Amino acid sequence: MLDVASIKKDFPILSKKMRNDGKLIYLDSGATSQKPNIVLEAERRFYSEHNAAVHRGAHLLAEEASEAYEGARATVAKFIGADVEEVVFTKSATESINLIAYSFGNSLPGSRFALQPGDRIVLSEMEHHANLIPWQQLAKRTGAEITWFPVTDQGRLDLSDIDSIISTKTKIVAITHQSNVLGTINPLEALVKRTHDVGAVFVLDACQSVPHFAVDVKKLGIDFLAFSGHKALGPTGVGIFWGKFEHLQSMEPFLTGGSMIESVTMTDATWAPAPRKFEAGVPNMAQAVGLAAALDYLTEIGMDKVEAHEHALTKYALEKFSTLRDVSIIGPTNTQMRGGVISFTIEGIHPHDAGQVLDQHGIAVRTGHHCAWPLMRKMHVVGTTRASFYIYNDTSDIDALIDGIEYAQKYFKV
Amino acid sequence: MQLDSLYQEVILDHYKNPMNKKLSPTYSKEVHHVNPSCGDEITLNVTVEGDLITNISWDGVGCSISQASTSIMSDLLIGKKIDEDFAILENFTELMQSKGTKSGDEEILEDAVALAGVSQFPARIKCALLGWMAFKDATSQALSETEAKG
Repeated sequence: MLDVASIKKDFPILSKKMRNDGKLIYLDSGATSQKPNIVLEAERRFYSEHNAAVHRGAHLLAEEASEAYEGARATVAKFIGADVEEVVFTKSATESINLIAYSFGNSLPGSRFALQPGDRIVLSEMEHHANLIPWQQLAKRTGAEITWFPVTDQGRLDLSDIDSIISTKTKIVAITHQSNVLGTINPLEALVKRTHDVGAVFVLDACQSVPHFAVDVKKLGIDFLAFSGHKALGPTGVGIFWGKFEHLQSMEPFLTGGSMIESVTMTDATWAPAPRKFEAGVPNMAQAVGLAAALDYLTEIGMDKVEAHEHALTKYALEKFSTLRDVSIIGPTNTQMRGGVISFTIEGIHPHDAGQVLDQHGIAVRTGHHCAWPLMRKMHVVGTTRASFYIYNDTSDIDALIDGIEYAQKYFKV
Repeated sequence: MQLDSLYQEVILDHYKNPMNKKLSPTYSKEVHHVNPSCGDEITLNVTVEGDLITNISWDGVGCSISQASTSIMSDLLIGKKIDEDFAILENFTELMQSKGTKSGDEEILEDAVALAGVSQFPARIKCALLGWMAFKDATSQALSETEAKG
């Protein structure tokens, strides 16, 4: 396990006094992570020492800002095993996925990314709305159809019909690496292979994986990846879109305007090479720099250690949960291919009420449908309460959660 | 803020034994509302006769606050004149938006004053208003349909 006491000192918010002067037990990193001082300081330093619009201006600050911003891109690239020109800064993972969907939608006829009526986009039933609705909308605009992998009662992807679900009509397969609700980590090998066998591209929603275990885009063999900075100890307002360079070269831009052009006349324009083709406008420089500081911080700890720590916490939590009366886990109950996200329901207590009681004890959890409404319906629940772990959590946080659940059961007399 | 200011006994009673929570097969208008932030859903119908609300019935899933509030609302508003119900609704909405500065007029709101504590929990105000907004919507639609028929 990591030295949580010393890690906690890096996160100022974790010493905040909560209701009734209690301490904060933050179990909502699946929604957003807290930020270490080093990230806050990196953003502050950018503004106080280097702030200028990148890639323009002939002055020293512009030079420093460009260097800091491009340095951040190199850090991100190294973190996910990518080439530097394959990394695009967006404002969020949601924007990253929309970028892909809109870019494909803008493709000229004959492009490998152009969709036609009858083409298929393959998703899964466990997708976050961010990896569902952009594809639904793309399907509506192009006449393509959405098909999907079902989820089993145990919260795993049902891949038994993989060859018929991913067919020769399939153009895009977009699936989450780790479910933000179930904690399930999806096995990608067979999926990526089948995707490429039929000539389609594989998009990975890595929001819940990149912050929690080592992800190497080259080893995974995928085509596109999206993750958000704020779930990886970084600032809000910055996300990453990664794509194989050969794809980025032939893709149409999503947002257009300043910075992303090569040449412009009154009636036409040509595009700068990737990644700048996808970065219209003055970018979120301070946030990119903050994200790089966050990734450096994680690298210093070691992603293998981060993964092992969360694995141990999850094992501990699953054992503790199994002793609770009338509490059901929605998702795998073993630690195999499973991350540190535990969704649960308490018989007779609505998630919102459970969350309220836990909050009274300083325990921050997420409640509701977790932006995965179709999955909620599939699992026959209206919503769940979700605890998610990160490097600053330890077993005492889980003990507090378990006590809080038992208190809620007493309070509501169920 | 203590939990007990939110979860008063009368709220928990209504939650466990909700009133009018069985959809009537006959009605003037039925609506379906959801709270997109938590996924709670309600189907509610009203029966309007002249200027009277003669029945409100509902079904749905939601937290104790939304279920209790809808139960209290239906009991409170059935059998009164539409104008009077809309005035009560206005009064209740103001109470919910009072951020804890009002305790509610028991003469007007009866059991609904038990929900006064909700106004101190911003995330829960929508829960408390879910059923009331469904009532407002259903009744307004019923009235405009009546008017349209002339």
